[in-house]
Amino acid sequence: MEVRAGLYHDSVSLMRISQALGGRPGVTVAVVAMATELNLGLARDVHFEIPPAGPTDLLIAIRAESGAALQDAAEELDRQFAALARGGGRGGPAAESAPRTTRSAARAFDATVALVSVPGEYAFAEAMDAIDAGLSVMIFSDNVPVEQEVLLKDRAKERGVLVMGPDCGTAVVGGAGLGFANVLRPGPVGVVAASGTGAQHVTCLLDHAGVGVSHVLGVGGRDLSSAVGGRSTLVALAALDADPATELIVLVSKPPAPEVAEIVDRAVEGLSTPVVTALLGPGRDHLTSAAERAVSALGVPVPQWPCWTVPQPVGSELSGLYSGGTLCAEARIIAGTGTFTDFGDDEYTQGRAHPMIDPSMRLEALARASGVVLLDVVLGHGAEPDPSFRLAPAVRAARDRGTAVVVALVGTDSDPQGLLRQAEALVVAGASVFTSNAAAAGHAASLIGSGAL
Amino acid sequence: MLDGEPRVITTGAAVLAEALDDQAVPRLGVDWRPPLPGTSAALAKVLADPRRERANEVAVGRLLSARPALVGVRPAREVLDLPPRTFFHAGPPIDWERASGPMRGALIGAALFEGLAGDAEEAERLLLSGSVRLDSCHHHRTVGPMAGVVSPSMWMFEVVDGEHGSTAYCSLNEGLGKVLRYGAYGPEVVERLRWMGDVLGPVLAGALAVSGPIDLRSLIAQALQMGDELHNRNRAATSLLVREIAPAIVDASPEHAASVLRFINGNDHFFLNAGMAAGKVSADAARDVPGSSLVVAMARNGTDFGVQVSGLGDRWFTGPAGVPDGLYLGAYGPDDANPDIGDSTITETSGLGGFAMAAAPAIVRFVGGDVSDAIAATRSMYEITLAEHPAYQIPGLGFRGTPTGIDVALVARTGQLPIVNTGIAGRVAGTGQVGAGLVSPPAEAFTSALAALADT
Repeated sequence: MEVRAGLYHDSVSLMRISQALGGRPGVTVAVVAMATELNLGLARDVHFEIPPAGPTDLLIAIRAESGAALQDAAEELDRQFAALARGGGRGGPAAESAPRTTRSAARAFDATVALVSVPGEYAFAEAMDAIDAGLSVMIFSDNVPVEQEVLLKDRAKERGVLVMGPDCGTAVVGGAGLGFANVLRPGPVGVVAASGTGAQHVTCLLDHAGVGVSHVLGVGGRDLSSAVGGRSTLVALAALDADPATELIVLVSKPPAPEVAEIVDRAVEGLSTPVVTALLGPGRDHLTSAAERAVSALGVPVPQWPCWTVPQPVGSELSGLYSGGTLCAEARIIAGTGTFTDFGDDEYTQGRAHPMIDPSMRLEALARASGVVLLDVVLGHGAEPDPSFRLAPAVRAARDRGTAVVVALVGTDSDPQGLLRQAEALVVAGASVFTSNAAAAGHAASLIGSGAL
Repeated sequence: MLDGEPRVITTGAAVLAEALDDQAVPRLGVDWRPPLPGTSAALAKVLADPRRERANEVAVGRLLSARPALVGVRPAREVLDLPPRTFFHAGPPIDWERASGPMRGALIGAALFEGLAGDAEEAERLLLSGSVRLDSCHHHRTVGPMAGVVSPSMWMFEVVDGEHGSTAYCSLNEGLGKVLRYGAYGPEVVERLRWMGDVLGPVLAGALAVSGPIDLRSLIAQALQMGDELHNRNRAATSLLVREIAPAIVDASPEHAASVLRFINGNDHFFLNAGMAAGKVSADAARDVPGSSLVVAMARNGTDFGVQVSGLGDRWFTGPAGVPDGLYLGAYGPDDANPDIGDSTITETSGLGGFAMAAAPAIVRFVGGDVSDAIAATRSMYEITLAEHPAYQIPGLGFRGTPTGIDVALVARTGQLPIVNTGIAGRVAGTGQVGAGLVSPPAEAFTSALAALADT
């Protein structure tokens, strides 16, 4: 029992000290408090004899099982008071912590666009936040229910913003590549695409032809379905039409639902900017022809698309091992034969990254393949930092066991991985490399000795 | 849409965020985590509700624009729908069977105070028999701290919202220690209540008649800038109230002025009850906006923690009240603590208390000992609130408004529960206050409200 006259600490600090002392071994009761009537009463309740004390005095009442425990508590008390006097703690205001929602980020940061890539089940909330904040949003996430897509796109229209996606793999807005994005030269072509790798392929070919892009706006694979009705395509077309930097619009899509095609055609007719519409499918455009039409529309001569071929063995069957869905579908049509696997499809991406980020599954398939193997390599931001590092040895191993390897290489030489560096590594390993997927598919088909030739 | 230098918010995969960093595109990353388990379907429905954005704007706009003023002090029986043998209590509705120790103690005390029983045993029998009607304060424009028991003879602060015209009530604060609101009912408790009814109430009523209404919005704004958070610290607000009203007390009742002023001065929390009525009248202004996910009441009865939501009328959504994590008076410890109790969470509901911790460095040790923890506490509340209060500002955050207007959808999305500062009542009826600290509300109160909102 002790009274320290005139020593003041706030009640909260003192309660903490009482608690710390009370928790020490051998201490049965510890009351460290200013000697107010209330606290004196509390101390009397636990049977302390209180000497005269007032509210400006500090009351210290400790009961312990032994003298040693009491001594120990007294020393701890001194340490606690010393810590209080030092002011304790880490001090200084807490660092600003990261926002927890897109909504909160939009309040803290003057953004122009949001990129949402959370699991599809949760993408709606984040995308809605962006739209509510007046931001265009790219939804990289897949597995977003179509009703949610329609709702988001309707709300976006009200707010005058664009929804790119869901399941939108690439976009270039104001020079910033979002998602998987190639490093493209700036230029006059604005692209609206319902396919991520399709847009990447067309714009990379434009880049090889010396033609740059203003913006690349992905709209999501379902945008031109009858359920979604081209909602984002219409907004994207209008935005590019209004953009002074865009002199030509290229629209790349699978053939839309008939009623949607009609709506889109009418919108295209109303634009002041010329539009090249490339609809992908059997007997229609492929990505290379789409790029060629765009280049021609600008009055630029169509170049020879770069390729590096090496002699390949002839095989009896063709295996297409793809990471890009649109590239895979196009190659299957052009080759007209063979077994094609899209490793970017949902059934292969459950619980693992996209093959453009993690190539392990595809490399395993390559190690087992025989005959003629056709595969795509897509470069750009977001993709594997050096795909040939693991692919080239696998190509060499395939060649060593008599398998032909043909690669469609989508990228530019400004990409972080470097188109020429990747091409060289793959060619040295024994692959034939094409920058046109259509050309690669045609070449691979020609290597199938029996049947096709 | 396509103009200007791109500035990107990234929510999700780090590899895509890094790709932007590699391009030197300015960006802000979201620290995204999955929502509370089982809420994603309800979240999608609530967020898709076309009424939501506007409804929340309207609801929180009303909360923020309320101008509470203390206009009078009057007996409960005159102003509330409170006939004899009826008591109001804190939190969602509860009966004697499920009532905790301090709630029972306060009801016993109120029965003794009202002369319905001669001693505690008789009061207990009376309450057990069900012949005293119990109802939630919140159902009657009223809030009460801790047990929050209001009986007809108690005197109430009367607070009017000058913007929307409605009225709210809260009892007068008895001080600390063995007091009714903490479940104590000894002779000194009842005697103090009688003095409050005979002297304190009438004197304050007379003083307010002289002084005219006291602007609580501006008083709270000033107190925040003087280190109160208006829930666990009311020292500045009480001092400001005394400054406002002391001359009028002397004018109105010279014979009682000294005893009344001494009583108010002896209790740092005297302002709390007036502040709670201000919170109640402001939150009530935001009620009944269809489609709004704004929380308009958080309250505990010592057994359940309940919330009410603007778009869901007077329905309560509850979960078990937690035991506060705090610091204890004297020799009391966690084993002596009752689960969370009281309507004082109306302060957090209206953007004060735990939400304004950064304004109250003097009591930061409640949140773990450090000023930076208090700032982090307030900052985290911006994640679950719809707005920043235009008048209630925090100097240490550059006069940023306090985070105001809890959104059940944001609570579910972030998993961040409201931070509540609170007193701790003794578990055993008759004990009184044992400590003070922080408490976390049960998540299910918010997720069940969200689910109900998805069904509207």
